[in-house]
Amino acid sequence: MQVKTKRSKQEVAEAMGEIEPCYRKQEAKVEADRCLYCFDAPCIMACPTGIDIPGFIKKIATGNLIGSARVILESNILGASCARVCPTQVLCEGACVMLDRDEKPIKIGRLQRYATDALWEKGVNPFPKKVKPNGKKVALVGSGPASLGCAAELARLGYATTVFEKDAEPGGLNRYGIAYYKMPPAVAQQEVKWVKDLGVEFRTNTEIGKDVPMEKLLADYDAVFLGMGLGRTHRLGIPGEDKAGVVEALEFIRWIHTKPLHEVPVGERVAVLGCGNTAIDAVTQAKRLGAKEAVIIYRRGEGDMTAYPYEYELAKKDGCNFLFHTAPVEILGEKQVTGIRLIRKQVGADGKATNVAGSEFTEPFDMVIMALGQEKQASLWQKLLPKLKFDSAGRLECNPATGQTSMPKVFAGGDAVSGGREVVNAVAEGKKAAHGMHALLCGKPVNGPIQASRLGHRDGAKGSGFLRPVRVPELEAAYKKERNAKSHG
Amino acid sequence: MADLSVNFAGIHSPNPFWVASAPPANTAYQCHRAFEAGWGGLVWKTIGDPIVNVSSRYSSLDIAGNRMVGFNNIELISDRSIETNFKEIKECKKRWPNRALIASLMTDTKENWHEMLARALDSGADGVELNFGCPHGMCERGMGSAVGQNPDVMETIVGWVMEATQLPVIVKLTPNVTDVTRPARAAKKAGANAISLINTINSITQVNLDTMCPEPYVAGRSTHGGYCGPAVKPIALNMVQSCAIDPEVGLPISGIGGISNWKDAAEFIALGSTNVQVCTAIMHYGFRIVEDMIDGLNDFLDSKGMKSVNDLRGLAVQSVQKWETLDLHYQRIAKIDYDKCIGCNLCYIACEDGAHQAIALVSPNGQGLGPGRLPGKAIPQIKEKECVGCNLCSLVCPVEQCITMVDVPNDQNPLSWKEYQTRLASGKMKAIPAHD
Ligand SMILES: Cc1cc2nc3c(=O)[nH]c(=O)nc-3n(C[C@H](O)[C@H](O)[C@H](O)COP(=O)(O)OP(=O)(O)OC[C@H]3O[C@@H](n4cnc5c(N)ncnc54)[C@H](O)[C@@H]3O)c2cc1C
Ligand SMILES: Cc1cc2nc3c(=O)[nH]c(=O)nc-3n(C[C@H](O)[C@H](O)[C@H](O)COP(=O)(O)O)c2cc1C
Ligand code: SF4
Ligand code: SF4
Ligand code: SF4
Repeated sequence: MQVKTKRSKQEVAEAMGEIEPCYRKQEAKVEADRCLYCFDAPCIMACPTGIDIPGFIKKIATGNLIGSARVILESNILGASCARVCPTQVLCEGACVMLDRDEKPIKIGRLQRYATDALWEKGVNPFPKKVKPNGKKVALVGSGPASLGCAAELARLGYATTVFEKDAEPGGLNRYGIAYYKMPPAVAQQEVKWVKDLGVEFRTNTEIGKDVPMEKLLADYDAVFLGMGLGRTHRLGIPGEDKAGVVEALEFIRWIHTKPLHEVPVGERVAVLGCGNTAIDAVTQAKRLGAKEAVIIYRRGEGDMTAYPYEYELAKKDGCNFLFHTAPVEILGEKQVTGIRLIRKQVGADGKATNVAGSEFTEPFDMVIMALGQEKQASLWQKLLPKLKFDSAGRLECNPATGQTSMPKVFAGGDAVSGGREVVNAVAEGKKAAHGMHALLCGKPVNGPIQASRLGHRDGAKGSGFLRPVRVPELEAAYKKERNAKSHG
Repeated sequence: MADLSVNFAGIHSPNPFWVASAPPANTAYQCHRAFEAGWGGLVWKTIGDPIVNVSSRYSSLDIAGNRMVGFNNIELISDRSIETNFKEIKECKKRWPNRALIASLMTDTKENWHEMLARALDSGADGVELNFGCPHGMCERGMGSAVGQNPDVMETIVGWVMEATQLPVIVKLTPNVTDVTRPARAAKKAGANAISLINTINSITQVNLDTMCPEPYVAGRSTHGGYCGPAVKPIALNMVQSCAIDPEVGLPISGIGGISNWKDAAEFIALGSTNVQVCTAIMHYGFRIVEDMIDGLNDFLDSKGMKSVNDLRGLAVQSVQKWETLDLHYQRIAKIDYDKCIGCNLCYIACEDGAHQAIALVSPNGQGLGPGRLPGKAIPQIKEKECVGCNLCSLVCPVEQCITMVDVPNDQNPLSWKEYQTRLASGKMKAIPAHD
């Protein structure tokens, strides 16, 4: 069976439409009014970019939408994307005090979208004030969230910044990789425009190391930021991976962001190998594009999945299927995939998944999506910059507070450093690197604008998520433990 | 089941809940609906020479999604003819003989007052209420609050009324005065049987920033309106208590202003009202709200072991005294219940910026986990030595019973300002040092 498009233009548009629409005015007002306007709020502590959340929500409540959006973008230039793609349940919303009052947390993400959408709609430039150039130049490799976060911050500090992007359009995975029903590419494109409005120059279709040598950047610029993200999807190393109908998840998702939706090819019976958030995005989009059956195949059990629980719920709601404790042995077919030979797995007392002898079976599929995580680019970059240091997992090493690598003029952030996290982390790391560069090149620390909702904190604005981000689930357990151990008073 | 019936200046009603003279009391139809719902009495929409109203008449103060926290109107008295109004009162009284039905009146000359009183008597109304409170429109024509603000004029007019009727007479007071006991005393002097208060307060609720004209908007203009609803309750309670404690007033009081439920009503009664009247809450939710009022007041009285609503009357009046009698040695401080605290730090910032810098945000370093679920999250801690017991933090805390104010016992004898001044003067004690 041939992999081809499955649904009409209208059907796909509907199926792939945003799962959470923008709030209407009344909804936004009701939700904004619910926020307590905490002082030194925990939600800020859980935002990696340290957005003044009560500050922007208060402004929505008073109808000051442009001011609200400005508060957001001041801390996070990708605030519009983050509003849609952040795992808010484990970030800001997971920290909201309302949870302790047995109430639903404030829908911070949706309010953030409401404010940034208003700015976008009105076509207002959030940062009209021209910054005096400080005479320094910085080059940035890649135009993903990390570089955009860094470039925006640098531009606002007076640097001449140039972003080099090998792809045709700037934005990185935020432009080509986010599940379509969470965010259409137009949002990422608008954000790039905001960054351009700050005076940042973009050179697309320009690969560093190929079109422009790395040495040239080091020679021509005062500092360089590496925000090249991760590489291709891992291979499984089983027979048949080269057959027609086998695609990398990132490639498949990229089609969705570059072709008209109704022309995106998808199989009748689609297998997705892997079980992280990318796998969930792939299986859900395959289903929405019209696959009759879309199945995740994972060698471990439900409880071992690395995908967020609500992502898993979404896939189940969309009618996707899950084959747990199962692994592929061989991809079958002549030229085109016709199925997968699979084997049952069992998890032993040592936690290792081993084959169940004699349990092999075959399932028919006409499309196989590989979602096994992305490769690091360590070997490539070690060639381009031999002095760079990488850890054993292939992650670029740098000082987490400043983003500075083992080469003093070279800074880094984003997936290349973290090994793959979220958009918001990449932006925050880019911002930190900008501050690191500013300290190096101008000898000045950057004390971000004092947030209105922490103004007057005698001990200083400690605990901002930007300086010391917290993630909620990891903390919940610790908190409970502590609470049991001692009572306050 | 407690007895809710009241005798207000000789007017009997099965419960103390009356519909105030206002739009809900405009027609026989509404009167039937009100009594069907259970209201104990109704003061008919003020009757006088029919007026002409403008279009666009109300505006409101909304706070954080709560509609009509305060309500403003520029309506005048009844726009229906005097004949129609009295005809309908007659009809209603016939159908509801056991409910209190009061005719609210407003007119100008002695002759006109006498004629209105004759019609009221003929209609079978249980009493009359003299509207000396309407603060807009009617006062420009020398009626309403123009009378209520001038005790001498009011005394004269009440005198005309008293000489011409045997019906119980209630004088409705305007709050737009500096001392409400002055018109109340005038009513008493002239022989009135009762007072009712408050009528509406002069107001402008909002300015439309596009038209640069307040609401309610009438062809490019607005006017000073009358304010009522939940936001005016504290003002009304203050005035009711002032009249209740004044021996020179000594009249039964019908409490009005911002009453929305049984609790509000109970507070008015505890501060000296015999019954209460309601307008805005009905305009907001309809007559059905009386069901909970009756039920709730009943349960409350039962829980306090009171047999009748009359047992509640005035119980709180004497607890409000002059400032100079308060004990300067009494001390309370704030206490945080950390099991309830959600870590919003609103108490901290309120005390820090708005009160006495008596709450510390305990530094996250070394503090470990705190409320608000995040490790390292700063938590509020009362500096007991600094706390002056102002209550502010407990008022801003969004969690019920999380910050409580607790008494700090001390071994000093009570000392009022008055005593303090005498003892200072006689050299019996040293001055209390000023705060630094
Ligand atoms: C399928 C998928 C779904 C995701 N969904 C979410 C989500 O819902 N929410 C969320 O918060 N995060 C999500 N993420 C993660 C998020 O996209 C990344 O964490 C984030 O984009 C990382 O930003 P970055 O700038 O480090 O790298 P990238 O976004 O990967 O950007 C790197 C850029 O560098 C360019 N580049 C690389 N090498 C060179 C070179 N030599 N010269 C020039 N340019 C170069 C690349 O073309 C690319 O544009 C998802 C990731 C994937 C894979
Ligand atoms: C629209 C409107 C019209 C009113 N008309 C009268 C009136 O004709 N006569 C009168 O004595 N009081 C009138 N009032 C005042 C009410 O009877 C009552 O005193 C006041 O609204 C305070 O009570 P509340 O807070 O329950 O509304 C009116 C109030 C409103 C809102
Ligand atoms: S924690 Fe919740 S309630 Fe408090 S400021 Fe943040 S969003 Fe608002
Ligand atoms: S009672 Fe007043 S002084 Fe004391 S802690 Fe609270 S706000 Fe501060
Ligand atoms: S206001 Fe109340 S809930 Fe909030 S921090 Fe203070 S004590 Fe805790």
